[in-house]
Amino acid sequence: MAQATASAPGAQAAGPASRGAGSRRLRGARNYVALIPFHAYVGLFLILPTLIVTVGAFTTLEGGLTLDNVVRMFTDDTFVSAFLKSIQLAITTAIAGAIFGALLAWAVARGDPNGQLRQVVVAASGVLAQFGGVMLAFAFLATFGFNGLVTLFFTDVIRFDVLPDPSWLYSLTGLAVVYTYFQIPLMLIVFLPSLDGLRQEWYDASASLGGGAWAFWRNVGGPILAPSFLGALLLLFTNAFSAYATAAALISQGAPLITLQIANQFQSEVVLGQENVGKAIALGMIIVVSVVMAAYALIQRRASRWVR
Amino acid sequence: MHWMRARGLVAFAAVAVVVAACSSGASPSPAESQAPATQAPATQAPATQAPAESQAAAVDWKTATSAGAGGVDAVCAAAQAEGQLNVIALPPTWANYGKIIDDFAAKYGIKVVSDNPDANSQDEINAVKNLAGTGRQPDVLDLGTAVMLANTDLYAPYQPVTWGDIPDANKDPNGTWINNYAGFSAIAYDAKLGDITKVADLAKPEFKGKVALNGDPLKASAGLNGVLLAALANGGSADNIAPGVDFFRTLAESGNLLPVDPTPATVASGQTPIVIDWTYNQIGDVANLKAKGIDWKIVIPSDAPPVAAYYNAAINKDAAHPAAARCWTEYLFSDAGQNEWLKGGALPVRLAAMQTAGTADQEALAAINPPTTAPVQLTLEQTDAAKAYLTDNWKFIAIQ
Repeated sequence: MAQATASAPGAQAAGPASRGAGSRRLRGARNYVALIPFHAYVGLFLILPTLIVTVGAFTTLEGGLTLDNVVRMFTDDTFVSAFLKSIQLAITTAIAGAIFGALLAWAVARGDPNGQLRQVVVAASGVLAQFGGVMLAFAFLATFGFNGLVTLFFTDVIRFDVLPDPSWLYSLTGLAVVYTYFQIPLMLIVFLPSLDGLRQEWYDASASLGGGAWAFWRNVGGPILAPSFLGALLLLFTNAFSAYATAAALISQGAPLITLQIANQFQSEVVLGQENVGKAIALGMIIVVSVVMAAYALIQRRASRWVR
Repeated sequence: MHWMRARGLVAFAAVAVVVAACSSGASPSPAESQAPATQAPATQAPATQAPAESQAAAVDWKTATSAGAGGVDAVCAAAQAEGQLNVIALPPTWANYGKIIDDFAAKYGIKVVSDNPDANSQDEINAVKNLAGTGRQPDVLDLGTAVMLANTDLYAPYQPVTWGDIPDANKDPNGTWINNYAGFSAIAYDAKLGDITKVADLAKPEFKGKVALNGDPLKASAGLNGVLLAALANGGSADNIAPGVDFFRTLAESGNLLPVDPTPATVASGQTPIVIDWTYNQIGDVANLKAKGIDWKIVIPSDAPPVAAYYNAAINKDAAHPAAARCWTEYLFSDAGQNEWLKGGALPVRLAAMQTAGTADQEALAAINPPTTAPVQLTLEQTDAAKAYLTDNWKFIAIQ
């Protein structure tokens, strides 16, 4: 319904513009009409929030212009350290997720393309890549936490204390392990099509020229896959960098990550009136993600040459 | 409640209210409600139901500052016509709100829509602003004092019929907000761990990985008052919470402190067997946990003076269901509503008057066993100083 009403005024507006301008322009206008719902969606949920955040970052709560919010983001240790920790966590889990995910994808790609294993792994990855937030945090707490199932099984049932102290779960290491849990399946989903695009003929051609496995990967497979691997790596980075709910459920004290800090600025019932500092930090995140996504787009352009 | 040490600002307001109260007595004074009140004697002669009803229909509940001539029945009849009440940030186990909502809905046949029960006070204010005009905005609010005082322009003044019972220090003179119930900062724990009576007990090595504080003190007042409690037990004061932060630092270093946010789910599954929280947030969970085989004990620690804080009731001035909001407020401040808070481990604001009148639920009061020593309450200035200190020092849990 919303789409239909949204496109109606667009169609009217397109009418006069296309009158007497030939059928090509008319078709162009019609094509544009079809895009209106998409543009409305992007405008409402991407551009508008970005504008609100940007304007808020440079205004005081009373509405005056200020640089204080942005300056605080760079000078307050809490925010600087939260930014660094978030980036560190995102890099670690992106690399771990990319390596394990790529290996898993390779194993799947080598198998029967219509086999059950492949279908199960791909379907499971689709689900697990979205398995995050409170559910994931609670799953880890109930399994490896101080009073978790596995922990208690080792300490109380078989009385064989080999597990490390469960406090690791609440550290950066713990978050990294938990994040990797959804990074690996995401990597499989994004990277598998590239592996599927690697053709047997290329391997045969390399072999017929006397190249072994090493020569193939060094000169053919590696260079072809490198852009999509790097692209996937950047996607994983963004995925971890912007994650919030999982960390919020696992760590409620001290707000060590930048997403948790933003939430604190908006939700604190103790320190009030920090909304625009939160927006400044959000703007900082948008800039980091924009840089990464620009790099991703560049790499994708290169990668897409080979998977057409 | 004479033992409550009034906050600076509240005490200041109290001076003003005494003056106002002297002139108006117990009856509501604002101009809006006076118009129908002056008309009432004239129409009293033919005193049938009809004029009273036509008057009730004429009341604009959005601006009504008291029940007026029709009393609670008129407000709640109008509320029934609205048919719905939107509430927010009321967890079922918090101060017995689960039962309060059910009983209110059953008594008046009004549908209660309870949004985002785990939200905090600032989230409530955000919802009032962000959902304004959608019909989904909260009609009534239950707010911590700092947030409440920062947003007084968002509330509609209203004085329930029990207004006279509420001590002057516990309300805004116009009824823009009213202290509704108080709780004590307490330690709740699984009895199978043995007895815990003091804050100092939390540092015992056998409690490694077992202690959780409800909320980041920079974000939630339950957490902030937990730090104050630890400060008082370690030689600090309301003006100096540093010893409390130091205490939590040692708990974090020894691994006793879990950074996990405790919820009824984490308690039930044994993830957070010791929780520092408000009494009224934990007493309500006892029956639930008993059914799951957990003997959940709540203790107000003996090595610190009690730490208390009031929450506050307010009505959204842009409520989608203004009569229902006022009917709900009447219910909360009636004997029935006040006793329901008492049963949930919260000390209702009319407790003193109800004890005099003999209407307070004695069994529920005994279960809370409120300490007789005067409790410590952070003033606004002390809260600000505590915030500043925490902003610089509550970082030790930051992960490596």
